[in-house]
Amino acid sequence: MAADYFLLVLGMGIVTYIPRLIPILFLSQRELPRWMVEWLDYIPAAILSALIFPAILTSGEPRIFDITRPEVLVAIPTFIIAVKTRSLAGTVIFGMFLYWLVEKFFF
Amino acid sequence: MQIISTGHRIKWWAAIKDGVVAAWPICLGYLAIGLAFGVIAQKAGLHPLEIGLMSVMVYAGSSQFIAISMLAGGSAIVPIIVTTFMVNLRHLLMSSSLSIYLKSVRSGWLALYAYGVTDESFALNLARFRNDDWDWRRALVLNHTTNIAWIGSTIAGGFGGQFIPQGAFGIDYALIAMFICLFIFHLRGNIYILVAIIAGGLAVGLSLLIPGNSYIIISSTIAATLGVLFRKFQLSRRVEGKD
Repeated sequence: MAADYFLLVLGMGIVTYIPRLIPILFLSQRELPRWMVEWLDYIPAAILSALIFPAILTSGEPRIFDITRPEVLVAIPTFIIAVKTRSLAGTVIFGMFLYWLVEKFFF
Repeated sequence: MQIISTGHRIKWWAAIKDGVVAAWPICLGYLAIGLAFGVIAQKAGLHPLEIGLMSVMVYAGSSQFIAISMLAGGSAIVPIIVTTFMVNLRHLLMSSSLSIYLKSVRSGWLALYAYGVTDESFALNLARFRNDDWDWRRALVLNHTTNIAWIGSTIAGGFGGQFIPQGAFGIDYALIAMFICLFIFHLRGNIYILVAIIAGGLAVGLSLLIPGNSYIIISSTIAATLGVLFRKFQLSRRVEGKD
């Protein structure tokens, strides 16, 4: 294995690990102010929204807005199933099955 | 002493069982993406061991894909490392959000936990932490179960095997469906829905305007901040109304 490659992977590993480690190590040992706890409480809904919507509504590099993708078509009933059943397993299996159907027969 | 260690052993066994079982949607998704990554990395000239080394040291899917494409394009080491840093900076927010649930955990365990913070493990563990049936041991096991799935499937892909036919069983949709369901779990009131709408709208807009994935961290930071300000405004209005 080339030494260059090892250095590359080591560097990538360090810069990836630091942002993962610092907040967990320091914030978990402290009593946080109320506004910050509240702020952190909004982060999951915000991040998941920021991960999901560009992933289904845009594609390509550079990204373009495209609502005719199978991801969009499948997302709508998947959202409904998630709201109705509140079951993670059910939603994942339903979403996969529907995506498989849509890919197979429509695209 | 005997009693304490037996107690710990029971705690860990229960945690291992629950953590491994809960990890399945992520493992399924990682299997598909990991195999695809392995195949691409192998085509770019990496040995399966080199692929495995990257997955062990970095353990962050999208940045690994980007690194391979930059490597194949003849990039130098430093630009790849800088790009990796930018792409993975979003974990800062996830790790901060998780820290609330990791109080009184020893720092050695925290260091091990931090290694396994991904978009997927963050979303799943956080949703579970909200129910009272979850603790740091289970979350840690879940992190490392998904880690093994990632490392294993990237190495398997590196041996040239697209062991699962492309698009089989809709496996490519596993993680999106999981995110959608966890997203619904996190919408626990109007303020969360408002924050989510702001974050989602901003993220789509920014993702079209700026290259890379910095839109994730920018839009969620802005949306959460607006959420705090909005709540404060709402509360102060309520207090004024009483006067």
